[in-house]
Amino acid sequence: MCENRGMPAPKRAKTSTWATKSGLAQMLKGGVIMDVVTPAEAKIAQEAGAVAVMALERVPSDIRRDGGVARMSDPDMIKGIQAAVSIPVMAKARIGHESEARILEALDVDYIDESEVLTPADDRFHINKHDFKVPFVCGCKDLGEALRRINEGAAMMRTKGEAGTGNIVEAVRHIRTVAEEIAALKGQSEKRVRAAAKEMRVPYELVKLTVKAGRLPVVNFVAGGIATPADAALSMWLGADGVFVGSGIFKAKNPAKTAVAIVQATTHWKNASILAEVSAGLGEAMKGIEMRTIPEGERLSKRGW
Amino acid sequence: MAKRHSTPNIGVLAVQGDFAEHIRMLESLGVEGREVRLPADLNGVDGLILPGGESTAMRKLLHRWDLVKPIKALAKRGAPILGTCAGAILLATKIADGDEPVLSLLDIEVRRNAFGRQLESFETSLVMEGFGKEGRSRTIQAVFIRAPEIVNVGPSAHAVATLEDGRIVAARQGRILGIAFHPEITGETGVHRWLVAEATAALG
Repeated sequence: MCENRGMPAPKRAKTSTWATKSGLAQMLKGGVIMDVVTPAEAKIAQEAGAVAVMALERVPSDIRRDGGVARMSDPDMIKGIQAAVSIPVMAKARIGHESEARILEALDVDYIDESEVLTPADDRFHINKHDFKVPFVCGCKDLGEALRRINEGAAMMRTKGEAGTGNIVEAVRHIRTVAEEIAALKGQSEKRVRAAAKEMRVPYELVKLTVKAGRLPVVNFVAGGIATPADAALSMWLGADGVFVGSGIFKAKNPAKTAVAIVQATTHWKNASILAEVSAGLGEAMKGIEMRTIPEGERLSKRGW
Repeated sequence: MAKRHSTPNIGVLAVQGDFAEHIRMLESLGVEGREVRLPADLNGVDGLILPGGESTAMRKLLHRWDLVKPIKALAKRGAPILGTCAGAILLATKIADGDEPVLSLLDIEVRRNAFGRQLESFETSLVMEGFGKEGRSRTIQAVFIRAPEIVNVGPSAHAVATLEDGRIVAARQGRILGIAFHPEITGETGVHRWLVAEATAALG
């Protein structure tokens, strides 16, 4: 079935509408998106119940270790992963790198992640995502950053956390910050909300819509530091729509078992006895890094504006 | 205690997917939707929605938490079941290209990702036979996301919606309905109204 590209949409149908772009993210809700670097890992992820895979050359913890410039993956590697699985395949472009994004669009990836995990290509502008047919997911640390990305056309968000650390503390901080900033605007006068919109450099209508809904107007996953089933459950408890797991799976002692357990925990995040059951006997999780040991200048979450 | 015959209890499979959107649709019709993650959540349920999502993930979770048998039993008792997109794949008696069927409650053969990848996801208007007022047809706006196609409809079921090019995207067998698109994300209420009406009728 993987080689079956299908017969395209009928002629009078409209493709790449806002409903199709944001709609795919809606279908991923309650699920786990896993970073994979080979077709074999992609198959393990699909077998474990991942709702999508992120195809990349190195997981964030290796990017962090290796240093240097991190770029879009080799198209052959992305194609290999597309051929290996039937679930959606996402891939990362550098912040502001329109050409990498065009290449990924030509490869027919299902979503592009304009990602701070790669080295930014533009220190002023993010990609104008409205210009693309393929949908984008972007990272955020706070409400302003989220709404700027959505205003640029992002159809899905993820709070950034600190990728490649196996430490959930930044992920928690970011999803809490977004929620608190939305809550703080609830019931405020139009004047206050307009001032907030101006400060965040986004249209008033977008802020108004967000405050009224009490949440971001697109699907929002948690990312950056999720390493255990309990981490996934905590993310859901904090209001995430789903979970990205990067290094947390294939840097664990037992990737296949850890992947299955994180999937179960994301579904049953409210059920502590199931969480206890799936957390048992997984072996060592990825090692993890204490935040104090990462200099400010090496924090990936600081990338993006 | 309030009598329960006026509004049925509708369960929404919540192992993965856009179940919250379905629950919101039900709420807009004055019906409470109940999240179903474990067999016990099906107790007292009069109708069920299998939402959109990733069918491979949903299939694994249905098996892992022993939900297949109780959902089949629910259908046997005459409760209506609506499957949208991935949900329709779970309902089908046959899946093209090798995958084992999951619930086998709707006599159709489906092909997953039949239109291609995300860039071929689309919106179009189409006619649903029998879903308008007094059983007339109803024109709706439909969103298809990496959607399946119904490549064959068996003798026990019948097609209720086709695309302009003739491909079948909705089929019904009594109180079981499978559709390849997502009324829950466009706010199209016709299909949910049908489910609630069928569940109410089944209550007697």
